[in-house]
Amino acid sequence: MSEPGRRVGADGGRENRFWAGLALPGVVWLCVFFLLPFYVILCVALGSLDPILLTPAPEWNPLQWNTAAFEFVLDNLFTPGAAFETVFVRTFFYVLIATTLSLLIAYPVAYYVARYGGRWKGLLLVGLIAPFFISYLMRMLAWINLLQDDGWVNSVLVWVGILDAPRNWLDGRASSVILGLVYGYVPFMVLPLYAFLDRIDRSLLEAARDLGASPFQAFRLVTLPLSTPAILAGVVIIALPMFGDYYTPDLLSGAPQTSLIGNQINLYIRGGQQVPVGAALVVVLMVFLTVLMGYYLFATARAQRRLGG
Amino acid sequence: MIRVRTWLGNPWGKPRFLVLFTALYLVWSIVPILIAIRFSFNEGRSRSTAQGWSLRWYTGDPDASVLHDPTLHSALAQSLRLAAIAVLVTVPLGVALAVGLTRWRGRGAGTARGISLATLVTPEIVMGTALLLVFIELLTFIPLGTVAQAIGHITFSIVFVVIIVRGRLLAIGPEYEEAARDLGASRLQAIRLALLPMLIPAVVASGIIVFAISMDDFVISAFLSSGTDTDTVPVRIYSQGRTAPTPALNALATVTLVLTIVIALVGFLLWRGVRAARGQTGSTVGEFAALDAEGVR
Repeated sequence: MSEPGRRVGADGGRENRFWAGLALPGVVWLCVFFLLPFYVILCVALGSLDPILLTPAPEWNPLQWNTAAFEFVLDNLFTPGAAFETVFVRTFFYVLIATTLSLLIAYPVAYYVARYGGRWKGLLLVGLIAPFFISYLMRMLAWINLLQDDGWVNSVLVWVGILDAPRNWLDGRASSVILGLVYGYVPFMVLPLYAFLDRIDRSLLEAARDLGASPFQAFRLVTLPLSTPAILAGVVIIALPMFGDYYTPDLLSGAPQTSLIGNQINLYIRGGQQVPVGAALVVVLMVFLTVLMGYYLFATARAQRRLGG
Repeated sequence: MIRVRTWLGNPWGKPRFLVLFTALYLVWSIVPILIAIRFSFNEGRSRSTAQGWSLRWYTGDPDASVLHDPTLHSALAQSLRLAAIAVLVTVPLGVALAVGLTRWRGRGAGTARGISLATLVTPEIVMGTALLLVFIELLTFIPLGTVAQAIGHITFSIVFVVIIVRGRLLAIGPEYEEAARDLGASRLQAIRLALLPMLIPAVVASGIIVFAISMDDFVISAFLSSGTDTDTVPVRIYSQGRTAPTPALNALATVTLVLTIVIALVGFLLWRGVRAARGQTGSTVGEFAALDAEGVR
């Protein structure tokens, strides 16, 4: 693949300006509707409240920023037992458990379809892609139906004898919320894992087998290390949106004991009369996720280096 | 029992454990949806047990069916309207951005690429808050409702077009355009006559992806909605999911699902058609899955 833009010389600058011009509408769009809004979040978080109307009064001048909302959020976040601290720790553990479960489910499925799909591969892939065309909210609705008091989950569990009486699954149970998160996000992990595992060069596995590795050793010493970047990417792809999720707990629980950081943001931004606190929470979440992304980029680079690629 | 254990015994030699696991996964991921669709055909009001078969919640019921309850069918219309606007605006905007960013060598190019990729990793609640506040506090001439929602959908879907088209552009390389230029074509002619025809499969594929993620979106549509009449299907499912008294919500979700799949399928056949016409071969589903995997949120 040769480098684009080989026409250097007198024409080079004009050529380059032409391409920049082609990108311009998209770049302007992203600046106005993606970058600018982040500045507005900062100005709202660091602004004040109108004392009478209780609407936010953003402070556009960075020299006059008012840190009251941030101090409130950070204070609340680092005091053990305080509301934001509880919610943040809970969110972290829910995401951790749901991501781990998703990986344990997604990896074997992706591995099977990539390596042993054979002539069924097309059909299996249709099954893996199908959830992308079914709205997330509809998939949650399906579980609301199933988990009702008189729903099929209770009927089956009582019939098999696991439960004595129908259980109320939709009222503040962590297990229901985590099930919903796994069910909702696992397809987003299966597909990138599949795409990656499908590209692994089989001759490497054959070489490992020829050198005396058992099939399991070949998997552990060749396939697994090779797929580390895909595992990391899959974890990031589902963990980031999970940190901002509020609709899954709302639909599958709706109780304060399963409230996540997203629920707090939704509450303060759209319902409450303390929009600056909500905006400050968003900034704190973004900083946390940026640190996470930074670690991801570092870990991926390290994995690539180890593989010599 | 012992036979089952030996059958499962060697998971990696002959992958019987994996066959079972994958089959269970597919059943688990598809069956709840089929059950939800089945309840939409209930004759009675239950959303959790099977009660006969009828079209009551689609067309029959004079008040609560999808056809007769305005909050339900207006949600479907709003979802389709936003998806159509998103595809029509995002695809040309994204293709131009992808071509420009791939060929443009300069200090700005890397930054611009970084910004577009940043939208991919930004959680929707962050983007939703950001857009809501910008429309309320700064760009107040843009009202909440359809316009604001459409802007939101375009903003989060543009990166998918960029990723898909850029992947194809890197595979094509600049030689075809250079040949066209050497033969006397102008820059625009070279793009129109040499590059665009080769990009058509990627353009169609990105159109399908944009349509699907716009139909699926919940947070942006909810944050930027101006009231019941601009609620989309996912927003309606969210606000009625726990309180809905009838299976009409299941019927709405089913109609939306069928429409999404039919439109995506038409797009897929179109994609396969233009791809075959350009002489590309190989497993179509597999390649589409790879596109989809690159394009996931």
